[in-house]
Amino acid sequence: MTILIILIPVTLSMGAFGLAAFFWSLRNGQYEDLSGDAERILHDDDVPLKSLNSTSRMIVTKETKR
Amino acid sequence: MMSNLTGAERTKAMIITGFGAMVGLLMAIVGHDDPMGAHGWITLLFFGVLFFVVGNAFYDPEPTEDRAALYYDDPTKVGIILALLWAVVGMSMGVWVASQLAWPDLRFDAAWSSFGRLRPVHTSGVIFGFGGNALIATSYHIMQRTSRARMPDQISPWFVLLGFNLFCILAASGYIMGITQSKEYAEPEWYADLWLVVVWVVYFILYMRTLARRNEPHIYVANWYYLSFILVVAILHIVNNLALPASLTGAKSYSLFSGVQDAMTQWWYGHNAVAFFLTTGFLGMLYYFLPKRAERPIYSYRLSILSFWGIVFFYIWVGSHHLHYTALPYWVQTLGMTFSIMLLVPSWASAGNALMTLNGAWHKVRDDATLRFMMVAAVFYGLSTFEGSFMAIRPVNGLSHYTDWTIGHVHSGAMGWVAMITFGSIYALVPVLWRRETMYSWKAVEWHFWLALTGTVIYVFAMWNSGIIQGLMWRTYNEAGTLRYSFVDSLVAMHPYYIARAFGGLLFLTGACICLWNVVMTIRRVPLLAPALDYPTSSEAMEPAVPAAE
Repeated sequence: MTILIILIPVTLSMGAFGLAAFFWSLRNGQYEDLSGDAERILHDDDVPLKSLNSTSRMIVTKETKR
Repeated sequence: MMSNLTGAERTKAMIITGFGAMVGLLMAIVGHDDPMGAHGWITLLFFGVLFFVVGNAFYDPEPTEDRAALYYDDPTKVGIILALLWAVVGMSMGVWVASQLAWPDLRFDAAWSSFGRLRPVHTSGVIFGFGGNALIATSYHIMQRTSRARMPDQISPWFVLLGFNLFCILAASGYIMGITQSKEYAEPEWYADLWLVVVWVVYFILYMRTLARRNEPHIYVANWYYLSFILVVAILHIVNNLALPASLTGAKSYSLFSGVQDAMTQWWYGHNAVAFFLTTGFLGMLYYFLPKRAERPIYSYRLSILSFWGIVFFYIWVGSHHLHYTALPYWVQTLGMTFSIMLLVPSWASAGNALMTLNGAWHKVRDDATLRFMMVAAVFYGLSTFEGSFMAIRPVNGLSHYTDWTIGHVHSGAMGWVAMITFGSIYALVPVLWRRETMYSWKAVEWHFWLALTGTVIYVFAMWNSGIIQGLMWRTYNEAGTLRYSFVDSLVAMHPYYIARAFGGLLFLTGACICLWNVVMTIRRVPLLAPALDYPTSSEAMEPAVPAAE
């Protein structure tokens, strides 16, 4: 069963990657406000939020120039 | 659609499609005396048509409004339509192959229409064509809404969606020509597999880039489910399709692994395809569209996160339960069996979470067939995951393996869970996406619901019965210690169930056709939703203009 020499490390490293992702989410504060997180998807104006993030930054600078 | 692309993006699209067409031509030339040549022509035609569609609108006016102020929904819309078209094709093939089992003359004596070639057209058509397109389309919708940010660019979503459909077309047309590497759910040959790797990597990058620009700090749980679907399917696909082409001018390739090694790799892939293609992506759908439609937050958000990590850690170990009583080492079988049973915990956590979300809103489930689709999907998810854990137990598997029980189990998952949650999500999504008030016909949604449910129940009960009869007949001995029934005896016993199965499938297919019709009519006939702010809100309407007390 030489294949297990490949499959078990692949599977374990996928698990380790998952674990790393979980710890990232934990440290990132993803689970600080669970009920708020569940609620917020229901209040959606169906347009992207304008904030100082990536391309919308461009729009904000445009507006301030005016 | 083209009016949302700038001149630079149209140029980019023409370069990509032009390059694709040239690769198709090259394949057609080098593979001219091999079925690969036909695939070259199909690729050329596919990219050629797209090239002309883009070129035709090349000098049309460019978008003037601020595109970042809106979500990018064009690829989602096309994806939903493609999913429904594939549903009709894939399910029609299913009804045909089911009928062939009951009435073998329906092969019409042609090679291309034999069961062995049409069956993968059915499985790939519904899993990848219908399920895959629905997953890609809904993921585009959900990742933008929950991140409250538009997708980072306009080209890569089209590349992923259309590139994936080219893979599906190559797969289905290849099976009919006899191109297959004989791995279940991974039948397409090496060049189609390589193409899918490119598409899938772009998909993963697109998803990560959208999440990176999110305006909402929290990553909603549905995104985790979709991300695991994209990432794990990429790894599985690459490992299971490691193969050496016999020549670069032909379709044939040979797997890097042989014998039981190959079988283990195949079922490590195969069951994880069930897990990460047919489960986690659709759970993402459930966790977004069910709360949205019920207008209630998920019952326990904490539980939804816990079941996600549970599924991620348990599912990747269970593949070996497909190889009980084989040359696979005993402990590897036991490992797969143990994890399969443990998997029931996160699975039921999700199913229970969905049903508890509806608890207290049963009147909505009663009145709204869309929500009922989602409710039934959660019930079937609970049922089929229980059945799956049960069937993974070695002695139970001794009875169920190689019988129709497996087919029944798969279809209770595929029809009852995957298709039901997809249809529910489509009915919830279409009015939002096209900005219509409702679906064209709510009666048609009701008809679809009952046809789908009846079809699934008939199908699953027929296969449970025939599977258990089959399993018992194959293991019955007479006094002399030899087998009591010949294989043909068991086949004769299956005949009525095969007819019932084809009938159940036909009902399900009818429902899918009604869905396609209803969606098309919604787009064409239902008036646009007037902007909500044109109307007084209900609280303002209720208040008198001048307060009475003053």
